[in-house]
Amino acid sequence: MTGFRTKLYRDDAVVLRCQKLGESDRIITLFTRRHGRVRAVAKGVRRTTSKFGARLEPFGHVDVQIVEGRTLHVIGQVEGIDLFGKRFIEDYPRYTAASAIAETAERLTPVEEEPALRLYLLTLGALRALAGGEHAGTLVLDSYLLRAMGYAGWAPALSACAVCGTDGRHRAFSVPAGGCVCPDCRPPGAAHPAPATLDLMAALAEGDWRVADASDHSARREASGLVAAHLQWHLERALRSLPLVDRS
Amino acid sequence: MYEGAIQDLIDELGRLPGVGPKSAQRIAFHVLSADPADVKRLAAALQRVKELVRFCTTCFNVAESEQCRICRDPRRTGDVLCVVEEPKDVVAIERTGEFRGRYHVLGGAINPLEGIGPDNLRIRELMARLADGTVKELILATDPNTEGEATATYLALLVKPMGIAVTRLASGLPVGGDLEYADEITLGRAFEGRRAV
Ligand SMILES: [Zn+2]
Ligand SMILES: [Zn+2]
Repeated sequence: MTGFRTKLYRDDAVVLRCQKLGESDRIITLFTRRHGRVRAVAKGVRRTTSKFGARLEPFGHVDVQIVEGRTLHVIGQVEGIDLFGKRFIEDYPRYTAASAIAETAERLTPVEEEPALRLYLLTLGALRALAGGEHAGTLVLDSYLLRAMGYAGWAPALSACAVCGTDGRHRAFSVPAGGCVCPDCRPPGAAHPAPATLDLMAALAEGDWRVADASDHSARREASGLVAAHLQWHLERALRSLPLVDRS
Repeated sequence: MYEGAIQDLIDELGRLPGVGPKSAQRIAFHVLSADPADVKRLAAALQRVKELVRFCTTCFNVAESEQCRICRDPRRTGDVLCVVEEPKDVVAIERTGEFRGRYHVLGGAINPLEGIGPDNLRIRELMARLADGTVKELILATDPNTEGEATATYLALLVKPMGIAVTRLASGLPVGGDLEYADEITLGRAFEGRRAV
């Protein structure tokens, strides 16, 4: 009977994406704490009588039981820990920011079931901060993107020249070069963002919210543009959600 | 793998939503053993749906002429407009018999993860319909899930400054489900108890 034994595990997870499957099911993409990114079928979840209720809606933090299948895993039980999605539906800009966080997490975990604990904790923390409403949604998003890029090994250089490594807050920024560049290394076409923009990016990368919260609108807008450009440069396919983030 | 025509049919069926390879094979062999007249009717229905059915130019519901049956019906009131995601939601609401106004079918919900933003839905067309002041109440009947709720939030922000009453179906619809699966009684109650947003 060993060949028929079902394997089953329990983990906590963030719901990244829900896609319709067949008549009434959904494929749920979960970012789990110990098993990395996992796709599993939630059977009957679209029926109004579903036992899952709202617990498998996007962006929620849940405790989930996964039954391993040969082709697709199946979700057994789910308990809601903190269903952040509920707080984003009343706030359209935060909903779009949460979508960009979820898509980034998905793209930075290309291999299914490969644990990525640091990125998991960062993702959970970002959604929690977004739901908490203490900081502007776009700041939470850009801070997440900068730190997630850092984990992936390609954060933009902000405190040293991306090319020669000379310390200091250099004024030019080049996406292909890898971030801030000194006058000697500056390639043609490098941008010259406002100093406040680079200060903001450094604050977001370090999680210095005192500086970030005090930043003005133009610095936030320019920083978002540079962060997005840097992220897109390193991803093979463009993120679909990022251009749809409502920064109003 | 089978030969020729039967494998072609299995392949085509397998591309349909919700049909896996096993189901495709089962349907194909069912067709093979079915009465030729039944099969002809099925084939004709498949062809007719592509030839005849289009989208209503006013509300984007499915229609067999320029306008759908509901937009053409003079007994339907023009001052209440109900926004839904898909034509199947129109069917679900019509079943309740609670609604005498007209519809606007968005063609989905805002879902940035799938690359669907406001510009990919028929929101511009909705705003154009609202511009002449006929509509006094806009009912947001998008699905009671995250994407549907966020779409309703977005629309409410857009429409409220126009001085139009915006309402949302009453809670009581289970969150996470599709509107089309709500039974008539629950959906009817949700309509009656709609609340201002
Ligand atoms: Zn240098
Ligand atoms: Zn119509």
